[in-house]
Amino acid sequence: MDTRIITALEVVLVVPAVLVGYILATERLISLAHGKWRERIRPWLWLTPAFVLLTAFLIIPTIQTIWYSFHNKDGSQWRGLDNYAWFLNGTGLESLINNVLWVVFLTVGTIVIGLSVAVLADRVRYESLAKSILFMPMAISGVCAAVIWKFMYWYQTPGTTQTGVVNEVITKAGQSPIPFLVDSDYKIATFALIFIMIWMWTGFATVILSASLKSISPELLEAARVDGANEWQVFRKITFPLLSPTIAVVSTTMIITGLKTFDLVYTLTANGSYDTQTIANEMYNQYFSFSQYGRGSAIAVVLLLAIVPVMLFNIRRFQFQEGIR
Amino acid sequence: MTVEGRAQDAKEDPNRNPASKRVIKVLRRAPVHVALFALLFVWLIPTIGLFINSFRSVDSINSTGWWTVLTAPSGLSLDNYRQVLGQQDLGSKFLNSLYITIPATLIPTMIAAFTAYAFAWMKFPGRTWLFLILVALIVIPLQTTFIPIGRFFSNFFGTNINGSFLAVWLAHTAYGLPFAIYLLRNFMGSLPREIFEAAYIDGASPVTAFFRLALPMSVPAIASLVIFQFVFVWNDLLVALIFIGGNTDNQPLTQSLASLVNSFGSGWQYLAAAGFIAMIVPLLVFLSLQRFFVRGISAGSVKG
Repeated sequence: MDTRIITALEVVLVVPAVLVGYILATERLISLAHGKWRERIRPWLWLTPAFVLLTAFLIIPTIQTIWYSFHNKDGSQWRGLDNYAWFLNGTGLESLINNVLWVVFLTVGTIVIGLSVAVLADRVRYESLAKSILFMPMAISGVCAAVIWKFMYWYQTPGTTQTGVVNEVITKAGQSPIPFLVDSDYKIATFALIFIMIWMWTGFATVILSASLKSISPELLEAARVDGANEWQVFRKITFPLLSPTIAVVSTTMIITGLKTFDLVYTLTANGSYDTQTIANEMYNQYFSFSQYGRGSAIAVVLLLAIVPVMLFNIRRFQFQEGIR
Repeated sequence: MTVEGRAQDAKEDPNRNPASKRVIKVLRRAPVHVALFALLFVWLIPTIGLFINSFRSVDSINSTGWWTVLTAPSGLSLDNYRQVLGQQDLGSKFLNSLYITIPATLIPTMIAAFTAYAFAWMKFPGRTWLFLILVALIVIPLQTTFIPIGRFFSNFFGTNINGSFLAVWLAHTAYGLPFAIYLLRNFMGSLPREIFEAAYIDGASPVTAFFRLALPMSVPAIASLVIFQFVFVWNDLLVALIFIGGNTDNQPLTQSLASLVNSFGSGWQYLAAAGFIAMIVPLLVFLSLQRFFVRGISAGSVKG
């Protein structure tokens, strides 16, 4: 039999057995301790496996990355802020600009379309079907979305038969076809990629916003209508303000998604050609193609810094939720 | 009929009979239906296009659009799928994806379950602070860990495990834990306190309370988590690129698919079929377990 099957089977059977065994063994160990010590030791024993993994794979590596970012290629010499200066003076600036485009257009796009669908679908009977169709791309990987849209954006020279849907529509409208994925003018390639991500994430925004929309009391809206407000005023003055906390939550998710974007750029524009490079793709380049640990780490730290505000927002929100529990 | 529709109809003409009222209502709603249908059409077209192209020969894909098949269906066959699973060796990549995904889903879920129970129902100093750190860890970009972990794996207790399944299992387990613990702790913490108090009074140990009460009652949350983690790992490209890298024996579907997209040489003509094979598993999970799927993905969307 294939050795990979055996390894995988071993892991699927042995690791769970070890974990259950561990919990049972801790209880044995605790029973040796004295009364009040039992309650004090137990939680730490239950937390140990997770703590070991999180410390070894997230906390220590993050600290090491920050340390590497001030060092040269292989981490042997202190270089101060050189790596950061290199990043901001070179390709880094371009990736930062691209990531800003990603964050802004992805967030606005998903929320505008998602909110519109949530409001419109609320009035029709096929609401759940509509939301399912919109949510489906969330199940698909970035790589599969890339394959799907490679065919959508397919380009043939003007005058020949277009085989991609988008260029077929453009030529039928009397315009000349656009080579979307290899066109750096006006950042067309970047926007083409951002639209794929909007296609993937709009369903998410719709589902979350729709749930929040349904929690608004119908009596409140009806009262405003009785007082003479039209539909637009009801939406602007009542629905939208009540939805804004949810919009903030969806925005943080989209900001993170936009900042970390990698798969589409890696797959469709050869990891950042045609002016599409992003922070994550640049980091991959420095690490893998050039073995530049110092520079790669500096880029990773830039990404981390960009995400810190979202991290703080999440902590505040969690504290708020716990407070009202 | 909604309250709003009724109110507006009544305002305009209170004497209208019910049948024509219905017609008016449908007409008033027409722009809503048109807008929704247009959007749903745009959302479905890309996937339908890929599906149709996956049955067409390379010559027809390159010479005509897939929509021509709708009016003149011809030249459709399963050849691409046969080729992809046979010669292109995507069958073995499919298995690799399963070998990677199943342990990388099972292990973090199990560890998260008892860690979450400790956070929810055991008292210890620093509980709140530790949990806040965990909330922060959920969104940490994986990039900040790659270089040190790569070095750690190159001398992992004396052996280089970069490129092995073990490396991705460990990485995915650790990366998946913060969100998994967070989700399960929130669910377990909302279970009724009385149940656990009654069990402790009856002399149950925390182990019994965990296995007999907390776990069975948390099945909905665990189901959402399992689906989220499964789809996340199955769809992952970045972690595989970093920790499997060039070891073609162990590469998952996403990795070989990504190289197919870039190569116009060998295998390019099978791209559509390969793409469909890669998305069939998460799509089936989505269609069959939609409720848990939407819940899990929505909750976990912020994850690194």
